[in-house]
Amino acid sequence: MKIYGVGLLAFCFLVGKLLGLGLGRLINLSNDVGGVGFAMLLLIVLSGYMRKKQWIDEKEITGITFWSAMYIPVIIAMAASLNAKAAYSAGWLAIAAGGLTTLVGFILVPLIAKIGAAPEHIEEDGSI
Amino acid sequence: MEVFDQLLAKNGLIFAFLLVGLLIYFSYAVSKYLFKGRIPGVAIAVLSALVLAFFGGEKGLADYPLFAGLAILGSSMFRDFTVVATAMGAQLSKIKAAGAAGVVALFAGVIVTFYVGAIMAYFMGYTDVKSMATIGAGACTYIVGPVTGSALGVSSDVIAISIAAGVVKTIVATVGTPLLAKYMKLDNAKTALVFGGLIGTTSGVTAGLAATNPKLVPYGAFTATFYTGLGCLLCPSILFITLTWFF
Repeated sequence: MKIYGVGLLAFCFLVGKLLGLGLGRLINLSNDVGGVGFAMLLLIVLSGYMRKKQWIDEKEITGITFWSAMYIPVIIAMAASLNAKAAYSAGWLAIAAGGLTTLVGFILVPLIAKIGAAPEHIEEDGSI
Repeated sequence: MEVFDQLLAKNGLIFAFLLVGLLIYFSYAVSKYLFKGRIPGVAIAVLSALVLAFFGGEKGLADYPLFAGLAILGSSMFRDFTVVATAMGAQLSKIKAAGAAGVVALFAGVIVTFYVGAIMAYFMGYTDVKSMATIGAGACTYIVGPVTGSALGVSSDVIAISIAAGVVKTIVATVGTPLLAKYMKLDNAKTALVFGGLIGTTSGVTAGLAATNPKLVPYGAFTATFYTGLGCLLCPSILFITLTWFF
């Protein structure tokens, strides 16, 4: 049943967020630190294990892949609800500080990606 | 008309599904017929959503009651939930293989952004160290800025600039990533992990990667999720102190 997949996703999400909030508290912050990352790790490990044990199969997985496909619509809705006007009207300093630092980040990407083993490149069909 | 208002006010989220669906449909059509597929449909959709946000206020287009559902669909809860779901397409071995580079990227991302942002603030008239630090922190993400600013006790206009800098970063990352993906060699899991660590704004990283290649999203999101926390940790403390040595 699809809802089992959605339930598993929700479980991993909440446990990950809890860990993130715990880590945040530990370093005296009110927000969540790495919650999404913990949740992702948990989902990869748990769903892999449950699939191996044959507790879940493709039907349950589609409950998760549906939400994964909803990710782009969510991002578009998020973009439409950003405070874009304030970003513009706060003036040149905000635009310069936000824009230039992002470009510096872009420049550093290929340099830092050289650390460690060479990456496996993307395949013809777009999969990685 | 009253019935219409009631219909949409009570079913905002559902109306948002329809709106976003239509926007994506038209964006893909524009991508296919106008740009012959050279600009990805997702990039056009995100960009048009940003343009629409200009017509709104604090919550973008969602400031209008008619479009309030967009703020629910685009909330951080849905964003994080769907981003976690993308992990189904990620492989643990690839995350492990990029571990060291990912950690370096996180620290480099926060530190370099902080200093570059602070120096820009200095040259544009904000010469006191606390304002510089707040604006540098805002250039990390729009959460790190206000956290740092309130820790250091700066005025609200400086905090507003720091938030705006973070929003600008999100926008530049969203629009710039697909354009500069070739230069960054952003075509594999490892580079996506490094990218997420360096840029750090979860919204910008995930939106930019989605417009480049959706398969990269889980990897970028994985490191980006640690960035804001690291920024909130380093900016008001060590990085602020080192800044006082120079200014």
